[in-house]
Amino acid sequence: MEISVRNVRKDFDRFPALHDVSLDIRSGELIALLGPSGSGKTTLLRLIAGLEFPSEGQIFFGAEDASARSVRERNVGFVFQHYALFRHMTVADNIGFGLTVRPKATRPSPKEVRRRVLELLDLVQLPGLENRFPRQLSGGQRQRVALARALAIEPAVLLLDEPFGALDAKVRKDLRRWLRDLHDQTGHTTVFVTHDQEEALELADRVVVMSQGRIEQVGTADDVYDRPASPFVFSFIGQSNVLPVEIRGGSALFGGTVLGAAAEPDGPRRMYVRPHDFDMLPEGEGGLAGRIVVARRTGGSRFCTVDLDGVPIEIELPHDGSAVRPGDRIAVRPRRWTLFDNA
Amino acid sequence: MSSAANGGRARRSRGPHPPSAGASGQRAWFHKPSVVPGFGLTFGFAVTYLALVVLVPLGVLLLRATGVGWSGFVQTALDPRTLAALRLTFGASFAAATINAVFGVLLAWILVRYRFPGRRLLDAAIDLPFALPTAVAGLTLAALYSRNGWIGQLFAPLGIRIAYTPLGVGVALLFVSLPFMVRTVQPVIEEIDREVEEAAATLGATRLQTVVRVVLPSLVPAMLTGYALAFARAIGEYGSVIFVAGNQPYVSEIVPLLIVFRLEEFNYPAATAIATLMLLISFAMLLFVNLVQAWSRRRFGYGS
Repeated sequence: MEISVRNVRKDFDRFPALHDVSLDIRSGELIALLGPSGSGKTTLLRLIAGLEFPSEGQIFFGAEDASARSVRERNVGFVFQHYALFRHMTVADNIGFGLTVRPKATRPSPKEVRRRVLELLDLVQLPGLENRFPRQLSGGQRQRVALARALAIEPAVLLLDEPFGALDAKVRKDLRRWLRDLHDQTGHTTVFVTHDQEEALELADRVVVMSQGRIEQVGTADDVYDRPASPFVFSFIGQSNVLPVEIRGGSALFGGTVLGAAAEPDGPRRMYVRPHDFDMLPEGEGGLAGRIVVARRTGGSRFCTVDLDGVPIEIELPHDGSAVRPGDRIAVRPRRWTLFDNA
Repeated sequence: MSSAANGGRARRSRGPHPPSAGASGQRAWFHKPSVVPGFGLTFGFAVTYLALVVLVPLGVLLLRATGVGWSGFVQTALDPRTLAALRLTFGASFAAATINAVFGVLLAWILVRYRFPGRRLLDAAIDLPFALPTAVAGLTLAALYSRNGWIGQLFAPLGIRIAYTPLGVGVALLFVSLPFMVRTVQPVIEEIDREVEEAAATLGATRLQTVVRVVLPSLVPAMLTGYALAFARAIGEYGSVIFVAGNQPYVSEIVPLLIVFRLEEFNYPAATAIATLMLLISFAMLLFVNLVQAWSRRRFGYGS
């Protein structure tokens, strides 16, 4: 189901958590809400679920205004960060809960509930665990039970709050891939919250980058990484360097050195460059001259911290056999960059 | 009697001494080696204390009761007056604890979940039955519930008398046992994860379904603990009841009072026999509640 968030504002006791947020989610899409803590991503998720109500604005499920509908009428599958399983119920009772609380007219028979539960257990790859209690399961298994419980009600939208937050690194990676497969298999419109950019970029069709209660950018992994819309997105996703530059006559200058053409009006700017977007220049060809402070070898490349007359930058050089040592002088030139106004 | 005291002393004298090297091997079945030192010392003190404060008095009581002999014991126990008093004491305690199980949980729920003016005052008032001398409580209740008392006069036209009847006993027991229920359940309600209720709501459960199927089951262990405490308190209550009960034999006479009467008659064997009977029944009931509680705790997890 399509979901449309329109001009939503949310205040908690006069403290604003979201300012005028609008977002369109397409049917069947897998969307990540990415941002640091306090950016409002969980608040937005809870607003969509109906666990919070907006101070202003509306939320549409399809063509219908869902803003006034309560959680239980919205038919959303919500997976909580700490799973919130009912610990006095077996796995089967947990998963079947959403079906057994339906009004008598639409409630499936116990036999049918049982069938659905076993089917879902197969789907989340936990066959045979239906009679266990939550505390007898590992973190990853609980996560899957919580997911099966949310899927049991055939939700209009699946919402996951930090779905991998409480798991260790290995389980996290496996579950991430598995969730992507599951999404492709079931086709639920899915929104998940994360502060882990790698998770968001790998898993989601589109990433919503949030900061301080605002949406900074919505786009694919390529969009937000290669064409960041704001300095925040640039520095939050991936690594970045900031160079204070001057635009003069269509060229970008750093301390008198021309870095390249820039079709912008004259004035000071901030230039954002990724560490891997620097080229090393041979001796005497100009560019940015500096001294290597730290050099670290990681896999196929070498990370160096270079001091450009007081401005430290991080660069990543492909390892080509040449030894680079701290103290060496080096000249580099940025290959790709993004310019932002001085804030 | 002397043998019990000797046995107690022998047990006590072993505790406080640190186990010698030779003894530690033999005692491995009893106490596994642990990184926390001082087991011998603390265990010794704990057992000594318990023995002095609880076990020895109870032991003496049992011993005294055997003085009347089996037939004497049975005769005292089956005396209609004793039976009536037992029925009233346990019946009223059961009723009081059950009613408090409902309203105590409700009170605890309100205190934990809602913020309203006067909440702290209400919270503090829960403890008053703990602190108030029970005789004062009894006199107050008697004045309130007697035929011309504030509350009593409301019921008098309906032909219901509360003070000086078994109903009065129940009212007094309600009063003294309430804090046990509230104070036991309160911290567990605080512990319940908000997300669990939200999860139930997202799955389509109504508020009632959430409370009945999700919240209450997780409160069961704590409710049982509170129930046991409230029940035990009610059985032992004396001070407040005697002022409001009227104390008619066969009608509104509780067991503790009957024991006092027997003592005043210098009929010590009968007094100890009744006391022992009461002790046994209480013990059996508390044991049962504890077993149920242990089972539910294993199952539900909360409040352990």
